[in-house]
Amino acid sequence: MGDNTVAAGDNVIAEKYIARSSAIAARLIGGEMMIMSAVDSTFFTLNEVATVIWQAADGYTPLSDIVASRICPEFEVDAEQAGRDAEQFVSDLAQHGVLLVSEKPITPASPSEAA
Amino acid sequence: MSHSSEVALTDAVAIGIGGMAIALHTQDVGFRQLLEDRYAGFIEAAFHPQFEFDIELFDPSDLETAETKHADDDVQVRLQDGEWLLQRGDFHARWDASVGRGHIRQSRNPYAVDSVLRIVHTLILARQGGFLVHAASAIHHGRAFLFAGVSGAGKTTISRLAPGDATLLTDEISYVRRAGNAYEAWGTPFAGELARVGENLAAPLSVLFLLEKGPENRIEEVAAAEAVRLLLRNILFFAEDPELVSLVFRSACEFVEKVPVRRLIFVPDERVWEIIR
Repeated sequence: MGDNTVAAGDNVIAEKYIARSSAIAARLIGGEMMIMSAVDSTFFTLNEVATVIWQAADGYTPLSDIVASRICPEFEVDAEQAGRDAEQFVSDLAQHGVLLVSEKPITPASPSEAA
Repeated sequence: MSHSSEVALTDAVAIGIGGMAIALHTQDVGFRQLLEDRYAGFIEAAFHPQFEFDIELFDPSDLETAETKHADDDVQVRLQDGEWLLQRGDFHARWDASVGRGHIRQSRNPYAVDSVLRIVHTLILARQGGFLVHAASAIHHGRAFLFAGVSGAGKTTISRLAPGDATLLTDEISYVRRAGNAYEAWGTPFAGELARVGENLAAPLSVLFLLEKGPENRIEEVAAAEAVRLLLRNILFFAEDPELVSLVFRSACEFVEKVPVRRLIFVPDERVWEIIR
């Protein structure tokens, strides 16, 4: 993964790195991760899979690694489908500024995670 | 009492809500009387306000200005150069929380004062783990109960159905304060359809009920995440301020961890109060 690319069928696409925005507040309650954007007060509740991705979003673990090493074995899902779902999830949260996405590793952020 | 306090007493009305007194200074005797009538039961006799505002009323000839034509505009609250700016079509206020003083320029209607008071209290409570919430509340047998819901959910109905030995704190906007490791509900003068000012009392908060009209009276458990989501939907908060938004989120989460949140499905019949405990 040194060249920041990952093969997807015949295509080579850029690897994605994801990090939690610092402009959010998050808390795990009753087994569900809840996130609120401090910018526009948008509220999200993540399912189990999304929570794993969220918690693994450290800025330097590639998204494909998170899917391969965490999602597929823990949830016994097809790698290709899991990858597509993860991409969609990341895209959705990125649109709201909750996740930061880059083709290069990101300096870890420090979201306001309520203890 | 100091000379300055005696002077202040002559032109101010101190309104105590949630155990916090805010003094409103105005030279207009008629408007002072209007405030005393509007907030009867919440007027502080002893003059020890935590915060003070000077009220400047629009000159009657200014009432048709662009400012007053937009009284239905959304409220805007933001921090600018260390001062909170609060504005809507019918008022424009500044508040320096660090010194506890502010200025309100408003039309003569008391709803503008109501709005400023609510906003200021939400800003204060955000840093104390409390909040204002769209909910009726009442004290029954020494314990306070909150009944939250959007317009039409039944806040006024459940208030009307309260038994004679219950004390109504509000039928519209409840005041929740952190008290150590628990919470208290305080009465407010913010009335809804019942048009009845709440009692200026407080009690330990026992349960938050989420109101839902249905074919029978019953209570359901609510999952914690859903409780937080629904509570946040009903909390009043106006400030465009990321830090305070995060604090309100934290307050809602901590509240749900400490206070039972249940769904109250009810028919509009006084027997519903038999299952409220």
